[in-house]
Amino acid sequence: MTSDFWSMGGYARYVWPCYGIAGAVLAWNLWAAGRYLGAAKVRAARALAMASSEAR
Amino acid sequence: MWTWFYKLASPPYVYGVAAAFVPWLLGFAALAIGYGLVAGLGIAPADYQQGEAFRMIYVHVPGALLSLTVYTVMAVASGIALIWRIKVGHAVAAASAPIGASFAILALITGSLWGKPMWGTYWAWDPRLTSELILLFLYVGVMSLRSAFEDPLRGDRAAALLAVVGVVNVPIVHFSVVWWNSLHQGATIVKLGAPSMPGSMLWPLLSMWLGFMLFFGAVLCMRLQAEVLNRERQASWVREAIK
Repeated sequence: MTSDFWSMGGYARYVWPCYGIAGAVLAWNLWAAGRYLGAAKVRAARALAMASSEAR
Repeated sequence: MWTWFYKLASPPYVYGVAAAFVPWLLGFAALAIGYGLVAGLGIAPADYQQGEAFRMIYVHVPGALLSLTVYTVMAVASGIALIWRIKVGHAVAAASAPIGASFAILALITGSLWGKPMWGTYWAWDPRLTSELILLFLYVGVMSLRSAFEDPLRGDRAAALLAVVGVVNVPIVHFSVVWWNSLHQGATIVKLGAPSMPGSMLWPLLSMWLGFMLFFGAVLCMRLQAEVLNRERQASWVREAIK
């Protein structure tokens, strides 16, 4: 039963890479968006700090 | 009645709403994708013609539909930004492009993996495949054009123009299997009339589609926050927002 599931009727080498790539695309999107947002927050904080030091 | 719509032009409002939506969208996306995976891989019966290979549908179709949906979102946001000069429109378009490109890549790779056992080849210059490849090139073009200008505003406008012009490719991708002879099978769920699938196969597919859409919403909200911050770096509200 389990081996039938993993063999996917002989199409395992096509089916599982599909799911692997889909998982990778979802994971990359989440990781890249989080990283992009983090970097934007750092840049904004730096810009605000510079603006307030210039105002002094 | 239209107050909520006008508020969407306000960067601090959009930043706050996007931040609040992310955990909910991710949570519901995980539930929908989880159900779709279990039902699609474990419960749905094998197809009478394609056997177990048909299970690739549960990632290929949502990925392909999303690549078209994201382009439409990007083009509409670009149109709004060009016509009404709303900066948030450019931010939505800039946030959408890399997400849409990644789903176009997913659709092309999973499509070619499906094509090999069904058609005997990973790639053919078929109308559906070719127009989907053009869609990927449009995404790349929009992103490249935006970053090609030193003045961000000019880059935004040029990219928005290309996004609006390129939206003509969206119906071409969708209807390519109707308008021309194609190796690709016809529409299964997005068509006039009832879907040509039994419920046991259809529900997992709809759940995966919903999950991918919610996931797109979550990632768009995260990228949109970043785009708004990049454009409003000097604004006073940013200090409170990034605490």
